[in-house]
Amino acid sequence: MTPQLSFFLENAWIVPALSLTAFILNGLFVKNINQKATGVLALSLVGASALFSYKIAFDYFSLSTTGEHLAIVPVDMEWLSYLPMMKAKMGTLLDPISVMMLVVVTTVSSLVHLFSIGYMTGEDGYGRYFSYLPFFTFNMLGLVLAPNIVQMFVFWELVGLSSFLLIGYYYQKPSAVSASKKAFIVTRFADLGFVIGILLLGYLGYTSKLPLNEGASILDFAVINSAEFISMFSEIDSGVFGLSILGLALILVYMGAAGKSAMFPLHIWLPDAMEGPTPVSALIHAATMVVAGVYLTARLFPAFSGAASALEVVAFVGTFTSLFAAIIACTQDDIKRVLAFSTLSQLGYLMMALGVASVSVPLGFTASMFHLFTHAFFKAALFLCAGTLIHAVHSNSIWDMGGLRKKMPITHMAFLIATLAIAGIPPFSGFFSKDEVLAAAVHGHRPVIAAVSYLVAGLTAFYMFRIYFVTFFGKAKSENAIKAHEASISMTLPLIILSIFTLGAGFIPMNSLIGLQPLTQHGIDYMVAVPATLIGVFGIFMAYLFYIKKPNLARTTSQKLGKFYLAAKNKFYFDEMYLFVTKKIIFNIISESFAWFDRHVVDRTMNIIGSSTVGLGAIFSKMQTGFLQLYANIFIIAVLVVFYILIFQHI
Amino acid sequence: MTVTSTIPLSYWLILSSALFSLGIYGFLTRRNAIGILISIEILVNSTVLNFILFDRYGLVPKIEGEVMGLLVIALAACEVVILFAILLALFRHKMSVNVTKLTDLKG
Repeated sequence: MTPQLSFFLENAWIVPALSLTAFILNGLFVKNINQKATGVLALSLVGASALFSYKIAFDYFSLSTTGEHLAIVPVDMEWLSYLPMMKAKMGTLLDPISVMMLVVVTTVSSLVHLFSIGYMTGEDGYGRYFSYLPFFTFNMLGLVLAPNIVQMFVFWELVGLSSFLLIGYYYQKPSAVSASKKAFIVTRFADLGFVIGILLLGYLGYTSKLPLNEGASILDFAVINSAEFISMFSEIDSGVFGLSILGLALILVYMGAAGKSAMFPLHIWLPDAMEGPTPVSALIHAATMVVAGVYLTARLFPAFSGAASALEVVAFVGTFTSLFAAIIACTQDDIKRVLAFSTLSQLGYLMMALGVASVSVPLGFTASMFHLFTHAFFKAALFLCAGTLIHAVHSNSIWDMGGLRKKMPITHMAFLIATLAIAGIPPFSGFFSKDEVLAAAVHGHRPVIAAVSYLVAGLTAFYMFRIYFVTFFGKAKSENAIKAHEASISMTLPLIILSIFTLGAGFIPMNSLIGLQPLTQHGIDYMVAVPATLIGVFGIFMAYLFYIKKPNLARTTSQKLGKFYLAAKNKFYFDEMYLFVTKKIIFNIISESFAWFDRHVVDRTMNIIGSSTVGLGAIFSKMQTGFLQLYANIFIIAVLVVFYILIFQHI
Repeated sequence: MTVTSTIPLSYWLILSSALFSLGIYGFLTRRNAIGILISIEILVNSTVLNFILFDRYGLVPKIEGEVMGLLVIALAACEVVILFAILLALFRHKMSVNVTKLTDLKG
C-alpha cells in the first residue's frame, strides 16, 4: 500500500549529502583560499538541507491521514554481502522518529553554523572549524537515517570522531586535548559493548533462519524489531545473570548507547567535553550527538520491550543518572558545566521515559521522543546563550558575571524562555514534554521512578534559575561583566529563532505524529501537570531565595550540608575513581607487568636474535681476506674434492 | 671423415692435461695480473683442445667439437678485452697490477 512518494521523500539522501559537500569543499579547497567563505558556504548548504528536511517532514506526515505512520525505506543499497541473509547496506529510512530527528539536527545545526560565524570570528583555524561542523552534521544525519544497525554503527563511530575533533579544536590547550581523548576513549570503550551486541544479534538472526523478504538482511532494524525475531529469542536463557539471550544482546547494545548518551557510570566524558567551542557544545553535546544513544534505544524499542530486563536496566540507569546529574548541577560554578550536567539529567529523563514504556502502553516512547525534540531546542538555546555570555565576559564562571539583564537584553530573554522551558513552566515547550515524561512514569506504576522524576523536576528548576539569577541579576562581579554588551546579529539571531522554537515546539501534536501505534489524544493530565508545575515553581522560588533575597542562606546551607555538598561539587569523585582505577590499578599492575614482559622477554628475544646475526656476520667476514689467489686455491681444492667424490661414487 | 692421424689419443690427452696443469700453476703463482690472464688463456686452450680431440676420436667423428672450440676462442677474446679494461682502470687507480697488494675486499 505504499503510495506514490514525493521527490523529497525518494531523495532523502540529499540531506546528508549537502553537508558532506560542504565538508569536502571547505576541507579541501575553500579553507585554503578564503577562510571567511567557509562559514558562509557551510551555513548555506546546511541551511538548504534544513529546508529540504522540513519539506520531507511535511510530505511524510501528510502521507497518511489515519494517524499511523509507516516506516519507508526509499534507498537501500547493498554495500557488503556476507551471506544472502546477512548484508551490510547503506540507505535511508524514514519513519516518524527519523524524520523528527532530521528536522532537529538540521535546524539546530544550521542555527549553530549561523551562531558560529559570529562566535568564531578571529579564531585560528576558522576554516578547519567550518569543515568539521558540516562533517559532524553529515555523520549525524547518516546515523539518523540508518535503516540497519551496521550503517548506524559506522556513523555512530563517525560522530564520535567528529566530536573528538571538535572537542580538541583548541589543540594547543592541554585540557582540551585530554578532554577530547577522554571523550573518545570512554565512548569507544562503550562501543565495544555495542559491537559485541551487533555480533550477537547478527548471530541470533543467522541461527533463526527467519524467512526474509528479497533483499532484506538480518541486520535491518525492521527484522530485529519484528515480532517473530523477538518471540524466538526472548525466552531463551543466556546463562548470564538470568537474562534472556535477546536481553543480553540488547544490554550490550545499550552499553554503546549509554556511552554516547553519557549515562552513569560512563557520564564522565560529557562535562569535560565542554572544553570545545561553545557552539559545538550546543550542537554535539546537548542537542544531537548525545541523544544518539536515546535514539538507538528508541530505534530498537520493540526489541527492548520484548526483553523486560533490558528495559528495566534502561529505566533505572536513566532515573539514577537524572538524579545524580541534577544534584551535581546545583553545585557547579562553570556555566557550561551546569548546562552539561543538566544535559545529563535530561538525557536520563529520556532514557527513563523509554524504560517505563512498553508496546502496549507506549506513552513513554512518545514522551521520550517529544522531550528529545523540545530539549534539543531549549538546550541548544541555553548553550548558545552561554556562548554569548562567555563571549562578552571572557569567563566561564557564573561568579564573574552578574547584572547582565540590561546589557544583554536579547540573550537575557532567550535564556529566560529556555530556562522556563526546562523548568517545565507552562506554556513553554518543556512543560508539555516533561508532563508526558512524568505521566509515563506515573501511569507506568513505578512509584520510585515517578518520585525521583518529580524531585529532578524541582532540582532542574532550582539549578537553572540559580545560574539565571546569578548571571543576570545582582551586581556585575568582574571588570568584563561591567563592560559587557550584546553580541552581533549573527549570534543573537539564532537565539531569537531558537526561542521561537522553544515557545512553539510544545504545541506540536506529537502524540498523533510519533508513536508505536496511534495514541488516543492524551492532552494534559492535570493530576500530573499541576504538581509538576508547583514543584518547578518551588524550585524557582528556592533559587530566588538563595541567590537574590538572602545570598547568605546559600552559603550557610552549603556549609550545613558539609561533606555531601563537597562531594557533589567534586562530581562525587567519579573522575578520581576512574583515575584511581586506570592509573593505580590498570597502569600500575596490569600495564606495568605487560610492559615488563614486553621489554624483558619479547624485546630481549628479538635483540638476541639481532645481535647474534651481527656476530655471525662478523665471524664470517673474516673469511674474506681479499687475496685473489687464496680464493682460487680454495676454489680448486673444492673442485678437486667434488671431483674425487664424483669419481669414487661411480666406481 | 676418417681418422687420418696416427698419434694415439692418450698423447693428446697428456698434452692437454699438461697445459691445464701449467695454466693452474701459473694462475696460482703469478703475482702480476697480466700473467694470471695469460695462464687463464692456457687453461681455456687446453679445454678447447679436449673438445676437438673427443670429437675427432669419437665413434662417429663430427664437426661440432671444432665449432665449439672456435666459439670458446671467440669468447676468450672478449673476456680478455674486458679484463684488460678492468686492469687498465685498476692500474690507473693503484699504479700497480700486483694482485697480492689488491686486498681492498678484505672483510
